[in-house]
Amino acid sequence: MLKVTDLNVYYGAIHALKGISFDLQEGEIVTLIGANGAGKSTLLNTISGILHAKVGQVEYLGEDISNEAAQVIVQKGIVHVPEGRKIFAKMTVLENLEMGAYTVSDRQQIQDKMGAMFERFPVLRDRKKQLGGTLSGGEQQMLAMARGLMANPKLLLLDEPSMGLAPVLVEQIFDIIQDINQLGTSVLLVEQNAHMALSIADRAYVLETGNIVLEGDAADVMNDPMVISAYLGG
Amino acid sequence: MESNLKSPPKLTRRNYSKIIRPIFGLLVFGSILWRLYEVLIAQQAYSAEIWVRLLISGLIIGGVYALIAIGYTLVYGILFMINFAHGEIMMIGTFAGYFLFEATKSINVAAEGSPPLSFSDAYPLISVILAFLVGMTVAATAGFFLEKIAYRPLRKAPRLVPLISAIGASFFLQNAAQLLFSPQVRDYTNPQAIARGSGWSLIINGSRVVITYTGALTFILSILLMIGLYVMVQKTKLGKAMRAVASDKNTAALMGIDVDAIISRTFIISGALAGAAGVMWGLHNGLVHFFVGFLPGIKAFTAAVLGGIGNIPGAMLGGMFLGLIESLGPTALGISYQLKDVIAFVIMIVILIFRPSGILGEVLSEEKV
Ligand SMILES: Nc1ncnc2c1ncn2[C@@H]1O[C@H](COP(=O)(O)OP(=O)(O)O)[C@@H](O)[C@H]1O
Ligand SMILES: [Mg+2]
Repeated sequence: MLKVTDLNVYYGAIHALKGISFDLQEGEIVTLIGANGAGKSTLLNTISGILHAKVGQVEYLGEDISNEAAQVIVQKGIVHVPEGRKIFAKMTVLENLEMGAYTVSDRQQIQDKMGAMFERFPVLRDRKKQLGGTLSGGEQQMLAMARGLMANPKLLLLDEPSMGLAPVLVEQIFDIIQDINQLGTSVLLVEQNAHMALSIADRAYVLETGNIVLEGDAADVMNDPMVISAYLGG
Repeated sequence: MESNLKSPPKLTRRNYSKIIRPIFGLLVFGSILWRLYEVLIAQQAYSAEIWVRLLISGLIIGGVYALIAIGYTLVYGILFMINFAHGEIMMIGTFAGYFLFEATKSINVAAEGSPPLSFSDAYPLISVILAFLVGMTVAATAGFFLEKIAYRPLRKAPRLVPLISAIGASFFLQNAAQLLFSPQVRDYTNPQAIARGSGWSLIINGSRVVITYTGALTFILSILLMIGLYVMVQKTKLGKAMRAVASDKNTAALMGIDVDAIISRTFIISGALAGAAGVMWGLHNGLVHFFVGFLPGIKAFTAAVLGGIGNIPGAMLGGMFLGLIESLGPTALGISYQLKDVIAFVIMIVILIFRPSGILGEVLSEEKV
């Protein structure tokens, strides 16, 4: 479904991604783990079209999307829920969801989708008239995911959805991710919380300073001695 | 930190200005209050009809300022830059309306044999509607190209660069208008029905106060346009996308919003409002020339800052407020009407001393600064 080949991304002189290659099959949850500054967000931003690679290719459903603009990539079915949620703070929960459905023109479909989101995230229904900025961290994460789902993604890119959340909430978020995946959305999950991410993922890649240093089935990666010592606090 | 504990606090530049600023502000504020007391209470120099007259003219000019100020605030809200060429966009709208009226004036619709009757006198309502449509369309188009040519290529440049480009664009448009239309000052040709100065008379204390047709048109239309804009920004998909882009361009793009297209539309809307203000200005004040956008542009910018730049209701409020101050201020303070511009700017300075982010403005976040 998604195939990334030899991706090189720079910030000016900083070489942030140094030839990344990986792939994701339809229906999978693939996780990318790595420490702060490894290049995880840079990778997601490059896939979603916020950044563009100097060298390398992003192929999605057999089509080269490396040079497409972000708004075009959303229409193709890749939705990126950015790090730090990036809720529109001065817009209501409802308006945030409407922005998520910006590419959908059928009003009935938007209504139905919104109903489905309120089913899945009941807190959002209670707070729909509230400004996004007034929600708690957990609620904002729910809103960010709901907003992303409004666009009917085929592939969901999640950047550290558990960041800064209490353990109970983290569990809840990961349950929802699994749920979304079972309903047919493929997921590329970026996490620092390696344990949780590996426990729900099919396959995993480990990223270190712009390079992939390890890849494999999630279960194997979880038992890798290097991963245990570096990411699982073993 | 530690050195602060040891040595007594020094009079650094920073806390020096912290002391000086409010003192200066209070002095100015105090002397304004004193003058107000002198004129209004001690002398009672002016009668009610004068105040009504000034109030009316303040509301009219305030509406014009507000419309232009919205353009500054919309663009600032989305690009964090001051569009210094915005006054020239208004000037272009004034000229477009002028030529439309000239054209409708030159068409004779009288029946064979009867005295000549121009289209604009025969159908004033249609002519006025046409003038506003043309003025708004032309100014909106100018705004669109201004952004595309002078600002878009500099989107990623340091913030000072587009600002300089804006000042350059302002000079360019003024000079282009001067070359195209000559430096001469022309009379705006109103349709007969709304000739300048004609209007409804009120009798207050036995003296006549006129509410001019052009003034009423200006005030009502500017209020309608402001309501329309507000509803558009709050309720429509485009308005919401504009707010999303203003708050975070990357995230807006992740929603599938075409950020460049929204920025273009912001300039189109700002231009249309400035164009409407331009036609109002022409109809009400009666003069058009290449420099006509300069003062209203600066004033409206002041109004936008006064209201809190980036804040739409702030721009509306700031515009009205500035119009009223400028109109009532000189009389209330008992000084020459020639000094109205000075008063407007002094009041702005006083307000900004106490509220640096404007009346409705919020404290700017690090990111936006
Ligand atoms: N906007 C930027 N400008 C310059 N360098 C950046 C920028 N964003 C990220 N970087 C650098 O790129 C590298 C990768 O960052 P990032 O992708 O955010 O890592 P991660 O998401 O894994 O924490 C880091 O060294 C970071 O300092
Ligand atoms: Mg990151």
